[in-house]
Amino acid sequence: MDIHEYQAKELLAGFGVPVPKGGVVYTPDQAVYRAEEIGGGRWVVKAQIHSGARGKAGGIKLCTTLEEVRAAATELLGKKLVTHQTGPAGKIVHRLYVEVAVPIRREIYLGFVLDRRSERVCVVAAPEGGMEIEEIAARSPQTILREMVEPAVGMLPFQARELSFGLGLSSSEMNQAVKAILGAYRAFRDLDATMVEINPLAITESGAVLALDAKMQFDDNALFRRPEVAELRDYAEEDPRDAEAAKHGLNYIALEGSIGCIVNGAGLAMATMDMITHAGGQPANFLDIGGGASPDRVAAAFRLVLSDPRVRCVLVNIFAGINRCDWVAEGIIQAARDVNVPVPIVARLAGTNVEQGRAILRDSGLSIITADTLADAAEKAVEALNTPVTRTVREKVS
Amino acid sequence: MSILVDENTRIVFQGFTGDKASFHAKEAIEYGTNIVAGVTPGKGGATHLGLPVYDTVKEAVKATGATASGIFVPAPFCADAIMEAADAEIQLIVCITDGIPAQDMMRVKRYMLRYSRERKPTLIGPNCAGVISTGKAMIGIMPGSIYTKGRVGIVSRSGTLGYEAASQMQALGIGVSTSVGIGGDPINGSSFVDMLQRFEADDETDAVMMIGEIGGPQEAEASLWARDNMSKPIVGYVAGLSAPRGRRMGHAGAIISAFGDSALEKAEIMRNSGLTVAASPAELGSAMKQALLKPARRPVLA
Repeated sequence: MDIHEYQAKELLAGFGVPVPKGGVVYTPDQAVYRAEEIGGGRWVVKAQIHSGARGKAGGIKLCTTLEEVRAAATELLGKKLVTHQTGPAGKIVHRLYVEVAVPIRREIYLGFVLDRRSERVCVVAAPEGGMEIEEIAARSPQTILREMVEPAVGMLPFQARELSFGLGLSSSEMNQAVKAILGAYRAFRDLDATMVEINPLAITESGAVLALDAKMQFDDNALFRRPEVAELRDYAEEDPRDAEAAKHGLNYIALEGSIGCIVNGAGLAMATMDMITHAGGQPANFLDIGGGASPDRVAAAFRLVLSDPRVRCVLVNIFAGINRCDWVAEGIIQAARDVNVPVPIVARLAGTNVEQGRAILRDSGLSIITADTLADAAEKAVEALNTPVTRTVREKVS
Repeated sequence: MSILVDENTRIVFQGFTGDKASFHAKEAIEYGTNIVAGVTPGKGGATHLGLPVYDTVKEAVKATGATASGIFVPAPFCADAIMEAADAEIQLIVCITDGIPAQDMMRVKRYMLRYSRERKPTLIGPNCAGVISTGKAMIGIMPGSIYTKGRVGIVSRSGTLGYEAASQMQALGIGVSTSVGIGGDPINGSSFVDMLQRFEADDETDAVMMIGEIGGPQEAEASLWARDNMSKPIVGYVAGLSAPRGRRMGHAGAIISAFGDSALEKAEIMRNSGLTVAASPAELGSAMKQALLKPARRPVLA
């Protein structure tokens, strides 16, 4: 799960990471009010969307008068920002963060990630921040510093000192940086983050260490024990279909093609997409209905897949272990009856109770195209795309 | 013998009295698996499926001499259950549960480091289909009927894609010695390399089917290890050729975020390491059939 910059800063500040004074606003009036409250003569008005590279997309404005703050807020609210992380569809700005602008002497990169190879938290730092870590890695990989955290004891002060001295900080800067680094590590650990990025961590003209931008990502599997994090979810930032999927315990990712997929198991779902591509078609989505799928859940999967107007055929591929084919078959029939399915359905069932499942489909009277193997299913789905639909499943039922 | 489990392995189920554990314990017992007891804290002294239930794994081990455990405990309590099994000196821990927080698994892996190499338990999973040695025993959620007894080992991240491989081979008359699902989490117990090592040493296995997916370094590490250490042929496949970058494809670990994470890159490394890569997920069985016809890739290194 992703959160906004202002939320990340608020969380990090709670762990002792110094952040500039600022506040979230939803209207131009609030922006001016906040700027006045913060004081000083320079402010930054920052679009709050779940994406990096907001500056390049025009989502960050430096203002020196309250009129400029109002103008910036008026321009940004409701504006669509397109960055390489949002994709071509972009994201609409609904919230802004107004922050005091501080003169900067230096920008540093600081990041925390879960390293899969060592199975530890890896702290990454680089002396030149402000650009993305991928860019730093391409330009000057030798400047990147890394510290692995031993999970039994957590990050130790000497590790933060080694990073700070490695970055070439003075001793007074080092003391503040150590506090910020250890604070950010504790936030990572105590909130079950999977990524924390402070980029840049700035050294101001007056020698203070400040987190100018912050990004945090959280482990979805741990949200049950982090209600304070779970409540920061901003549904406006997510594809509404993702939220609908999550509600039914489904795992859905929209893609660009025309063959909707309903599969059990993430690996088989990916393989089904691969197989469709191999057969000359294009998958419209990734969808894993998970273990123990009930008829209700299968029906919900149909509704979700069919909410994509590009879908011209639905391929159901179930290899039942923890699932049972008879349940899935009942789900397909319930869905075909409850949901208007205006496109051909290709169904391939295998595994536990496969005979009962196939019999249920056969005896249903619905015009479901059945397939025995993965290759057969993919080929029939691609073929169904090219066959004009003369009547819908729905019509045949009634 | 086959790897990890056989008909003599004495097995306990943790989270035994839950719905899913009960369903799969019944299936496993029908398959001939030697389940000797269950553990559910607070239900000690009860009998479930005709077997004794204990409050703790230690009690179950003491009373039954169990050496393996299948874990069906809900995700919030699962890391604790794995470490409890390790502490009770269970040697094979198979964790089926999905949805365990990554930092919990980090702690589990760290906890396992306190054991010497000889005494360290083997952890399979979490978020996996489990283990089956055909005709002997199963700890997991796989349908037993899709495996024919034979001499090919399967190691797969995905459960259902492992089933797909087994049934394609069954249709071609190729049988399976042991099939292992290592799970789709970013931090898991046994890796591909761990399982390849066991299959290489197993005299009932002639070849291995290795099925990976996008995300993480394990498939590439295993390919390089196999290149230098493996005499038996391997058929490989990496799911997710059509997966977009930066999106988590169901499994917590299935995400292309770093160099070498994509299916294309992994398949290339497999090929360069001498593995046979199946052209599509529908050709897992036929690729294995081809591989079995070829002579051994190279003599076993001394």
